[in-house]
Amino acid sequence: MNVTAIIINVIAAGSLLIAFAKDREKATKSLKIAGKSFIRMLPMVFVILIIIGLLLGFVPASQISRFVGEQSGMTGILLVGVVGAVLHIPALLSFPLAASLLEDGASVSAVAAFITTLTMIGTITLPLEIKELGKKMAILRNGISFVIAIVIALIMGAVL
Amino acid sequence: MKNLKEKQKRGMIRDWILLGIILIIAVLLLSIFPDRKELVINTLWDYFIEMALILPAVMVILGLFAVFVSKETVIKYLGKASGIKGIFLAIILGALPTGPLYVAFPMAASLLKKGAKISNIIVFLSAWACIKIPQELVELQFLGIRFMLSRLTLTIIFIVIMGIFIEKVVEWSEDGKNIKSSGV
Repeated sequence: MNVTAIIINVIAAGSLLIAFAKDREKATKSLKIAGKSFIRMLPMVFVILIIIGLLLGFVPASQISRFVGEQSGMTGILLVGVVGAVLHIPALLSFPLAASLLEDGASVSAVAAFITTLTMIGTITLPLEIKELGKKMAILRNGISFVIAIVIALIMGAVL
Repeated sequence: MKNLKEKQKRGMIRDWILLGIILIIAVLLLSIFPDRKELVINTLWDYFIEMALILPAVMVILGLFAVFVSKETVIKYLGKASGIKGIFLAIILGALPTGPLYVAFPMAASLLKKGAKISNIIVFLSAWACIKIPQELVELQFLGIRFMLSRLTLTIIFIVIMGIFIEKVVEWSEDGKNIKSSGV
């Protein structure tokens, strides 16, 4: 078990203890919500796991790096940026997927672009965003987010 | 509300079907290329362990915040804050793990109606979308501290700039409209 996992579990256990001490009923309710969201997420967890397994097992690193590696340059970053923006998978699961891509030859920039557009831009939630905040704000936010994601990705690639 | 539940249910069925399809593809591929079996299963197992170690804890943290931090509290604090303090609060309140993004839009809309600053609302929404505390924890686990911290810092800087920029654009275009309509 690595340090990060220990820290996360300690935080969760600690907060849970405080919650139970403060308000038993609310704490039980939070546990129920946690259980429900966990079950809801489960099929996607396995989908992502299998994809990671197949990716690392079948797609050679040379292929991955040709499309999203260092030598793919700007095109690769834009490509994964668009994929991240359109794709609708839980943000929590994008990190193991990103880690496997990185392991298999993708560049830091491409991975950073993927995570950032995936979390920041919601193509599926865009209609709701337009309805609640108006066309102008919603489109500006999503559009500029894409540009920002690419800029963040390029800086990360240069720094790391 | 009912509509939302219906949607979640349909989403879940879709996820299970997707899992079935992927599973069939995986079994087919592995029976054609049995030499890859070990590598695929080992990779899968490693990632599974890493996820199993943190996902339940992350879910508990999510559940706790969803129950203990009410929407009303968030709206109350963000509604009156302005300046640097407002932006700071927008980041913190957005980063609290209190639910998926579609919960945040109605909150943002009611903040807008209450006259909160547009920059704060954009920063709040963007923080909600991409710097949630549980997400950062999972990122730390899988991509390491340098990757996580540099992406976090850059994201914060850029969403603040974006918030201020969008506020200016919206104000500017609304001013334009007012001038036009008063001219007629």
